[in-house]
Amino acid sequence: MLSSSARRGAAVLLSAAVLSTLSACGAAPDSKTTGGAGGAKNGAAPAAATSVADFGSMEALVAAAQKEGKLNVIALPPDWANYGEIIKAFEAKYKIKVNSENPDASSSDEIAAVKSRKGQDRAPDVLDLGIAFARSGAAENLFAPYKVTAWDKIPAGQKDADGRWYNDYGGYVSIGCDAAKIPTCPQTFADLLKPEYKGKVALNGNPTKSGSAFGGVYAAALANKGSFADIQPGIDFFGQLKKSGNFIPVESTPATVEKGETPISIDWDYLNAGYADQFKGKGVDWKVAIPTDGVYAQFYSQAINKEAPNPAAARLWMEFLYSAEGQNLWLKGYARPVLLPVMTQDGTADKAAVAKLPQVQGTPAFPASAELDKAKATLAEKWDKALS
Amino acid sequence: MSTTTPRPVGTAGGSTSRRRRRGPRTWLAALPLLVFTGLCFGIPLGAMAFGAVTRTDPAGGATQLTGEHLARSLQGPYLGSLVGSVQLSALTATVGGVLGVVIAQSVVTSRSTALRSAALTASGVLANFGGVPLAFAFIATAGISGVLTQLGDLTSLGWNLYSFTGLTVVYLYFLIPLMVLVIAPALEGLRPQWREAAQNSGATGWQFWRHVGLPVLAPSLLGGFVLLFGTAFAAHATAAALVGGSVPLVTLKIADALSGNVLTGQENVALALGLDMILIAGLVMAVYLPLQRRSARWLR
Repeated sequence: MLSSSARRGAAVLLSAAVLSTLSACGAAPDSKTTGGAGGAKNGAAPAAATSVADFGSMEALVAAAQKEGKLNVIALPPDWANYGEIIKAFEAKYKIKVNSENPDASSSDEIAAVKSRKGQDRAPDVLDLGIAFARSGAAENLFAPYKVTAWDKIPAGQKDADGRWYNDYGGYVSIGCDAAKIPTCPQTFADLLKPEYKGKVALNGNPTKSGSAFGGVYAAALANKGSFADIQPGIDFFGQLKKSGNFIPVESTPATVEKGETPISIDWDYLNAGYADQFKGKGVDWKVAIPTDGVYAQFYSQAINKEAPNPAAARLWMEFLYSAEGQNLWLKGYARPVLLPVMTQDGTADKAAVAKLPQVQGTPAFPASAELDKAKATLAEKWDKALS
Repeated sequence: MSTTTPRPVGTAGGSTSRRRRRGPRTWLAALPLLVFTGLCFGIPLGAMAFGAVTRTDPAGGATQLTGEHLARSLQGPYLGSLVGSVQLSALTATVGGVLGVVIAQSVVTSRSTALRSAALTASGVLANFGGVPLAFAFIATAGISGVLTQLGDLTSLGWNLYSFTGLTVVYLYFLIPLMVLVIAPALEGLRPQWREAAQNSGATGWQFWRHVGLPVLAPSLLGGFVLLFGTAFAAHATAAALVGGSVPLVTLKIADALSGNVLTGQENVALALGLDMILIAGLVMAVYLPLQRRSARWLR
C-alpha cells in the first residue's frame, strides 16, 4: 500500500508539473492548428460544425477527419458494452488512429481531463458520460453542439435540445446469478431477502461512486414502494439486506464473479450478460434476470469536447456511433443503443443480438434532473449509516 | 519519516565532532531538496487549500471565498468517515506496532543470520504488497467462499472479511512487516553492554526494558507508530475493493467525491477533506517530533 499509493502520488505530482509546463508552451500553437485549419470545404471550421451539412458531405467529413488522423478517447473499457470492437472497427473503417486513454476512468475524471487539458493536443475529443455529468458539463459550456445524421430519431427525452449531449446506450439493472452454485436464482428484489442467499449478494461498487450500483439502489427503491423522487426505500432495502447478512460489500468484478465470491451480483444487464459469455466453460453458469419488481434503466450520454484537438474526427466518431453499424456493435455487447426502437422497426437492428438480450416488459422511464439530484443527495447522506 | 530509522553508530562514530558547520555551502546543498519539496508538495498543497476555501460559479467562472466546503467536510457522513479512518488507523498502527516489535526483536536476537536476512527481505516485500492485488488475495483466501474460510468453517465462528475487523486484519498484513523494517535497526542499536550492565547491577529483564530499553527505543517506536498510522490513514485501494462504502473511510469518501460516476460538484468538499487529513497527520506529527528530539540522543 505504501509504495503503490506513494508511487501513484508521485506520478500524479510529476504529471501535474509536466502538464503545467506543457500547457504553458503548447497551448497556443495547438489551438491554432486544430481550431483553424481543418479542411472543411464549406468554409466552416470543423470545430464549429454542428452537422454533416456544415462539412458539405459525409465524404468531406471523412476527409477532414483523416487529415487529422487521430482521435482521443477516454474512459472506454474494451470489455464494457463492446467498446474494444467498436474502436477497432472505427480504426479499420476510416484509417484513423484511436488513442484510448485511461479506460477505467470515471465520468468526473473525464470532465477533469477536459478542463485541465484545454488547448492541448492530448485532450479527449469525445466523452461517454454518466447523465448527471452530461448535464452539468453542458451547463458549464464544455461541449460542442453537434447533431448527428440520426438526430431526429433520438427520442426527445434522451437528448439535449441544442445537441450538446445525447444518450448513446444503456441497460437495465439486472440480477446476475451463478446457477452452478445457487440452486434457484433470485428473480426479484424481494427474493434477495430470502435466507438462502446469505452472504451472496453484491453490488458493482459503492453507489455513491459507481453508476451501476447507484442504479441498483434506485431499482430497489422502485421495488419497495419508492419512486424516482424517493430513493430512501432502496437504501432501507440494502440496510435490511446487510442486517440479514445477505449483502456483501465487496465490489463485484469479473475476478470476484469467476472466483465465486459474488455469486449474485446486481449490475447492468449488459455487463451481466457479458459475464455469461466470458465465463462459459469455466465452472460459472451465469444467469441474468431483470427483476420485475424494480425495473430501472439508465443510459450513458455522448458528447464532443468543445475544445477537441481533433474536431473533425470527433464528429466522425459520433456519426459512426449513431450509424446502424455503430449501434449494432453496442448491441452486440448487450448494451441497448438509443436507436434500438427505431432500428427494430426499420429492420436494421441485428436480430440475433436483439434475441440474446435479457427480456424486459414495457418501456423504460427516466427520472428528471431534479429527482436525480435529490436521490443522489439522499444517498450520499444516508448510505453509510444504513450499511454500517 | 526517515528520521525514524536511526542507525547504530559503531566505533567509527566515536571521534565525530559535535560542532556543526554553518555557512552558505551547507544551505546550498539542501537547495535541490527545498526546490523539490516546494514544487511537488507546496504547489499541490496550495491548490488543495485554495480549492477547499473557494467556490467557482460554473456558469460565470467567478471565484469567491467560502467556508462551506470545510464545514461540510466536518459534518454528517464526511465527519463519520474521518472518525472511521482515525479509529482504523490508530487501532491497526497500535496492534501492528506491538506485533512488529515483538517479531523484530526475536529476529534481531536470533543467532541465525539466514533467518534474519530472510525475515527482513520478506518484510521488505510484504510491506509493499497492497492495493487491489492484496484485496483480491484476501478475498480468495479468507472471503466468504475463500479457501481458508471453507476449510476452517470460519463464517460460523463469526469471521467476516468485509467488515471493520476484516479490514484491520488485511491492513496488519502490510503494516506489521513495515514495523519490522523500521524498528529492526533501532533494536540492533540497543547495545548488549547495557543489558549486561543492568544484569550485573541485579536488574531483572522487566526492569531493564522498563528503565533502559523502552525509554531508549521510545522515539523509534513512536516514529514507527506514526509511520504506520500514516500508511493506514492514506490507504485507499485495498479498502475500496474490499468494503466499498460499508466501512466509512475518508479516502473512500474523497474518491467518491473526486472521481465518481454519481456525485457531481463535490470536488471542493473532497479538497476540504484532503485538508482535514493533512491537519490530522500534522497533529500526530506534532506529538511525535518533540518526544523524538528529547530521547533520540540515546541512540547516537
